[in-house]
Amino acid sequence: MFLDRFWANTINGLAYGSIYALIAIGYTLVYGVLQLINFAHSEIFVIGVFGVYFTFLALGFQPGAAPNLPIGGIIADLLLAGVVGMVLAGAAAVVLERVAYRPLRRRNAPRLAFLITAIGASFVVQQLFRIFRGSNPEGTIRLLQPEPVFRVFDAPVTNLQIIIVLASIAMFFAADGFVNRTRLGRGVRAVAQDPATATLMGVNRERVIVITFLLGGVLAGAAALFYLMTIPQGAVFNGGFLLGIKAFAAAVLGGIGNLRGALLGGLILGVVENYGQSLFGGDWRDVVAFVLLVGVLMFRPTGILGESLGKARV
Amino acid sequence: MVRRRLAAAGALVAAAALVLSGCANQGGGGAAQTSQAPAPAQPNNAALPAGNGQGKCAPGTSIAYVGTLAGQNAALGQAIANATELAVNQHNQANPGCQVTLVKSDSGGTPDTAVGPTQAVINNPAVLGIVGLPFSGESKAVGPALNAAGLVNITPSATNPSLTTNGWTNFFRGLGNDAVQGPAAAKWIKTKFNPQSVCVIKDDSDYGIGLATAVTQALGPAAACQGNVKTNQKEFSATVGQVQQANPQVIFYAGYYNEASPLVQQLRDAGVQTTFVAPDGVKDPEFVKNAAGAANGAYLTCPCVPQEGFTAFTQAYQQAYGTPPQTYSAEAYDATTILLSGIDKGINSRPALLNYVKTYNGQGLTKKFAWQPNGELTDTPVYVYRVDGQNIVTDSPI
Repeated sequence: MFLDRFWANTINGLAYGSIYALIAIGYTLVYGVLQLINFAHSEIFVIGVFGVYFTFLALGFQPGAAPNLPIGGIIADLLLAGVVGMVLAGAAAVVLERVAYRPLRRRNAPRLAFLITAIGASFVVQQLFRIFRGSNPEGTIRLLQPEPVFRVFDAPVTNLQIIIVLASIAMFFAADGFVNRTRLGRGVRAVAQDPATATLMGVNRERVIVITFLLGGVLAGAAALFYLMTIPQGAVFNGGFLLGIKAFAAAVLGGIGNLRGALLGGLILGVVENYGQSLFGGDWRDVVAFVLLVGVLMFRPTGILGESLGKARV
Repeated sequence: MVRRRLAAAGALVAAAALVLSGCANQGGGGAAQTSQAPAPAQPNNAALPAGNGQGKCAPGTSIAYVGTLAGQNAALGQAIANATELAVNQHNQANPGCQVTLVKSDSGGTPDTAVGPTQAVINNPAVLGIVGLPFSGESKAVGPALNAAGLVNITPSATNPSLTTNGWTNFFRGLGNDAVQGPAAAKWIKTKFNPQSVCVIKDDSDYGIGLATAVTQALGPAAACQGNVKTNQKEFSATVGQVQQANPQVIFYAGYYNEASPLVQQLRDAGVQTTFVAPDGVKDPEFVKNAAGAANGAYLTCPCVPQEGFTAFTQAYQQAYGTPPQTYSAEAYDATTILLSGIDKGINSRPALLNYVKTYNGQGLTKKFAWQPNGELTDTPVYVYRVDGQNIVTDSPI
């Protein structure tokens, strides 16, 4: 059973893990710069999901079976929806930072206060969606019907999975390159390493923080598109909760504060929980995921790659 | 492009084959033919909320709907709340001497959210009886408090069998439980498909677990594979893989529409065309909407009675809420009628209304209501429905 499904599980796990990874980057970046666990990040993701969904609606798609569109049209529509999701999620992250965190930072609030506002902001956004859109998932709109393209050891790889994995890795490298190779990215790393000195050296700390939130939000928006393509029933007010926890676990697993750790953690978590549910049954999925997390943290308390956004070696 | 065309052509052929085989199935059994329009008409002697128009009661007398309105699987709760409201409105219109207030309380639909709203209703002395709670898990959680308060509680939809084994004296079930539905569903699956193997997949709710146990037992050795999913799960690749391996003739899913829609869609995406059978928790238009095309052809068992035949009720509901009544609307309408008929007779206390329901014996729209001492009905019809395109249509009685 397990061996028969090994490759299928691996492929599904990589595709789903890519979504974890993209969300995890948002947790990791904010943690690296502010040492803050942004629990509202899962709601930023949900805003992205609804952004993508409403773009589908605005483009004239209706809930139902996948329409038969030319491939070019599908790509254009998906790109547009993705861009809207990314812009909305990015903007929401910046607004969140301004409303929920900046006033506290101004007053030098203790770290615990940030944690509480993060959870509070998360509930506010979640319940707003529930009030305005109800608690039933939005009707399924699917642009791209998953179809196997080729097989790896008899396990089908669908067009959807290829798109998700490739696009996620591309976005990861873009984010990694931004943080490691650009001037702004150097500012981000400088603030992560030593905020006081960085400020003395002329780095605008507030701007760096806004950029960090923006980048995390944009990646969450991209994850939202991929998620909604995989799970068309995903546009629902509490859709970000479990995914957010998993992505946070992925970030910790890889080493929170570490971009590459987020990618690695997301992929490992996605794959291992698929193995787990194949071995022990579907209800063991989350158990396996978190036992893995605990196990890794016992031997490597800072995660697989360590906390290193601010360290010189990143 | 070529690949896509080929795939599309393949899908067409497959669809055509499905349609043909579907026709063959229907043509095969004479019984299936005769049961194409099995929806019962409104019984002549059915009690209606309007009563005789002579009701007298104190101003402010209230009954309550407690159940999900905006929480988990809310559509199921809204169908019940609307029917309850409709019954109260019709009653108040017909009985100028008795204006009953309906208190609607959102339980959130889960055991941990239901306790607070239920307590609020218990603390409201004007409330003499409750229609609800819709779900088994939440009913179990609030049962002791309601029983202690002696507040009569008719559920129009909670079907977990264990609910009537707690010694609660105030709990009445307005429909057949899963110990009725499960074996009925299993019997129907056996006669219709005569399968060698059935995959029984359940969620982690009281309802899903109880129903899956009943179905598995009744299927016997044919229940060859068992799968588990979790509430709010949306990604089912492991379950899909399990089904692909077991290659059953029928899948029975014991759970709610929230998980059933993505599950059936992911099964169909993976090329699993096995017949999908699910219970009353899935029988909602939300299932069809959220599964997109994948729900087509699914069978849904339900201890609910088809409502098409109750034309006066369905028209009034349609007029008031803009949709036809949904699953358990008629059952909720009946339950409300029973409470209102007691109030009309001058009952003005919780113990008196409780006693009235306990000894009630009368025909409703959906069935005859007369409870056994444990709160179960004796008359418990089960029906099979079918997803046909965008609609859920009545297939046959079991």
